[in-house]
Amino acid sequence: MFDNPDLLKMIFGRLTLDSLPFHEPILVVTFLGVVIGGAIVVGAITYYRLWGYLWHEWFTSVDHKRIGVMYIILGLVMLLRGFADALMMRLQQAMAFNGSDGYLPAHHYDQIFTAHGVIMIFFVAMPLVTGLMNYVVPLQIGARDVAFPFLNNFSFWMTVAGAVLVMMSLFVGEFARTGWLAYPPLSNIGYSPDVGVDYYIWSLQIAGVGTLLSGVNLIATIVKMRAPGMTMMKMPVFTWTALCTNVLIVAAFPVLTAVLALLGLDRYAGTNFFTNDFGGNPMMYVNLIWIWGHPEVYILILPAFGVFSEVTSTFSGKRLFGYTSMVYATVVITILSYLVWLHHFFTMGSGASVNSFFGITTMIISIPTGAKMFNWLFTMYRGRIRFELPMMWTIAFMLTFVLGGMTGVLLAVPPADFVLHNSLFLIAHFHNVIIGGVVFGAFAGIVYWFPKVTGFKLDPFWGKMSFWFWVSGFYFAFMPLYVLGLMGVTRRLRVFEDPSLQIWFVIAGFGAFLILLGILSFLVQIYVSIRNREALRDVTGDPWNGRTLEWSTSSPPPPYNFAFTPVVHDNDAWWDMKQRGYERPLGGYKPIHMPKNTGAGIVLAGISMVLGFALIWYIWWLAILSFVALLATAIGHTFNYNRSFNIPVDQVLRTERTRTELLSGHA
Amino acid sequence: MIGFGLSVVLTAIPFWLVMSGVLGSNQATALAIIAFAVVQIVVHMIFFLHMSPRSEDGWTMMALIFTLVMVLITLAGSLWVMYHLNTNMMPSHDMSQLP
Amino acid sequence: MEIPIFHLADEHEHADGSSTMLGFWLYLMSDCLIFACLFATYGVLGGSFAAGPSPKDLFDLPLVAVNTSMLLLSSITYGFAVLAMDKDRTGQMQAWLAVTALFGAAFIGIELFEFAHMIHEGATPQRSAFLSSFFTLVGTHGLHVTVGLIWLGTLMVQVARIGLTAANKRRLMCLSMFWHFLDVVWIGVFTFVYLMGVLR
Repeated sequence: MFDNPDLLKMIFGRLTLDSLPFHEPILVVTFLGVVIGGAIVVGAITYYRLWGYLWHEWFTSVDHKRIGVMYIILGLVMLLRGFADALMMRLQQAMAFNGSDGYLPAHHYDQIFTAHGVIMIFFVAMPLVTGLMNYVVPLQIGARDVAFPFLNNFSFWMTVAGAVLVMMSLFVGEFARTGWLAYPPLSNIGYSPDVGVDYYIWSLQIAGVGTLLSGVNLIATIVKMRAPGMTMMKMPVFTWTALCTNVLIVAAFPVLTAVLALLGLDRYAGTNFFTNDFGGNPMMYVNLIWIWGHPEVYILILPAFGVFSEVTSTFSGKRLFGYTSMVYATVVITILSYLVWLHHFFTMGSGASVNSFFGITTMIISIPTGAKMFNWLFTMYRGRIRFELPMMWTIAFMLTFVLGGMTGVLLAVPPADFVLHNSLFLIAHFHNVIIGGVVFGAFAGIVYWFPKVTGFKLDPFWGKMSFWFWVSGFYFAFMPLYVLGLMGVTRRLRVFEDPSLQIWFVIAGFGAFLILLGILSFLVQIYVSIRNREALRDVTGDPWNGRTLEWSTSSPPPPYNFAFTPVVHDNDAWWDMKQRGYERPLGGYKPIHMPKNTGAGIVLAGISMVLGFALIWYIWWLAILSFVALLATAIGHTFNYNRSFNIPVDQVLRTERTRTELLSGHA
Repeated sequence: MIGFGLSVVLTAIPFWLVMSGVLGSNQATALAIIAFAVVQIVVHMIFFLHMSPRSEDGWTMMALIFTLVMVLITLAGSLWVMYHLNTNMMPSHDMSQLP
Repeated sequence: MEIPIFHLADEHEHADGSSTMLGFWLYLMSDCLIFACLFATYGVLGGSFAAGPSPKDLFDLPLVAVNTSMLLLSSITYGFAVLAMDKDRTGQMQAWLAVTALFGAAFIGIELFEFAHMIHEGATPQRSAFLSSFFTLVGTHGLHVTVGLIWLGTLMVQVARIGLTAANKRRLMCLSMFWHFLDVVWIGVFTFVYLMGVLR
């Protein structure tokens, strides 16, 4: 039977033993590492009998707080993989001079820079901001959960399914070698006949479904579930940026779905959307993917802006300056982000009229961001600034992001872009704004809200270590790239001819090493904080003297968030309550209506992952089977009408009483 | 029922216009059927989807308007950009005459 | 000074499913954008016949007119179903839903027949970019209608099993939005693809 190639092909599609990278030593070692690490984790969970706990309390949870935490853990884990790719690239580029070929063959190197981009954008940045929004927004608006808790759980697991597929490509088959946006004709079936681009397409399509549904969920939540008295213009700024972010998600991700589907049709069905012949037009892919791509980067940065607004006002002890203009600036950015996409391909020959239009809109979009920057500065002015870690990240952001933004405006000028497009200058620019903006924002948010999530603060010393390593590392890693870009060095190169460039790459490599220390310090920070948690304990629920409603709950909040729905009278609702002598109600509790946990989300995502795998490897029987199973499970799930329960009064009473004791003990 | 009647009429007329060629010029016919399509879409929105500025405190209408703006930008933007790309990048083309 | 009220002592619970209609509408808007991309692709690539068949050679307008009326009728009968649902007349509603399903199935059937005929003539999706975008745009619409039919069947079973509960009514209203939305998209399709195609 094993000799029959046709039978093997029918069962396994194009999956063969050759798909496993036995001949690539780096991958073999990585695989062994993953197996050993995985075995330790799985072994520990089994030994401590935590599977039941994990399944019932976390994996099947529809609680936005649990899901938010899981998103952030996903993002941080994938950061390690994405950063490993970065280190490998820096090492290769620092080495490959004077006839040396470096240590990475082109076949491998091309997958690394592709995976680096895909992972960092889709599986690090997106989960980190989604996790923050998921955790914080319902608390900030005084709600008990999001509008569609089951959908929330499902969205999370679909993102995980996408991430698993990408990780799988490391050991089974290979990943795309096209760059993170997979332009055709290179990504089409003719030039990339192997599984790499298919892994790319299916992991993004699956994760994309999760993200889109998450967008719908959070918009409905913010629109429908705000506490009484919280009008739109009384919402915290983080909630405003979350709203705009999710509007962008709902408006942009369908475009990604459509264009990847068209690429998929070209690859699987032989259609001619993006081919070079039979009427196809590869530039239509570039056009559509950037109609998605530009709003995507605003999806990443707007939540970070929201974090900075919260942090600045809290740690300056002042109301945020210019609330109304902040809101308008955010909305304007949201709309304008749809009118700039062509600046990603100025060089493709659309002509002066088109290029000028998009160049001008690109320059205009920097204005509302500048307005926000001034508002933050004016908030700090004459405030009583506390330089806690979140504030440090915010100041680093202000300096770094403005620099990156300025290089963006430089690139917005089409003739300048003709010289700098796809050079290392561009790479430096977008890392400048993404690291300075999104990553620093994610860290600010994590440190800021960590006590709320866990009940204890993060260790400040290791936090500062991590901070200084990250900030210095960023500058050492990317300032040389601006220089190299201006000198004309192209992106994604593996080997270099000109020895005078090497010193810059070595400095950049040193910067990457500093960032590595920053990441390690962060991990140490987590370990140390858990170990010293009693010393770092947050008893009151309000460790930073916060201004918004999430700080009115215990740390961590009870499953139902609020025993009584808050009533809001002003912006900075919690600050208002504290100023006006609010007293926490100690009785009169009612039973609380909550949604039930369910395993349907993880099952559906798991089947989707199998479907994706089957489609990638052309295992048609498995694809059909899993598709049918998916449909059946989804329909079956709709037959379950029993999705909620009531938390009884005495349970609420006990939870609230525990908090009362904690608060009075502390006082 | 009014919606039904209107839809039938608004569908039948464009089909008839194209199939009988009664308007003579292709351009005029094209413009006419587009106009009819727009009207019929509005009819559908009002009579079948019960669109109103009051539903969900105006959020449904806002979502629709925003989506329509996005659709327009996607359609018009893509057509404009791609037309320019195609014209400029066509081989044996006088590069000094780029629009 | 009196302390203002900062919490709701007596809550009118957020009714289960009070956000469903808005949520579904938002999803529908995203679906609208997928179609917008497919229309844009058709707009850009729809003139690239690659020396293959063009719309004039392929489109059978009388058949398309019949198809359009099937879909339009299905929209109307769904409307009657909703009217019956509002009056809690389950039997009548189920009957109208069944008729809707028949019209919907007729639409799909005719469309499949049209596709089969075109492919038989050599006008396959692989033949040219025009045909790729035609089949994808019209096919995606057809796929949505098919999903709607499956959903319709499921709902008919669910209503038969547990009756016209609030949850089921919500689901029927969501499907109603979906169904009418598909009719709206079809207006775009028959105008821009079929009618304009023949006019080119």
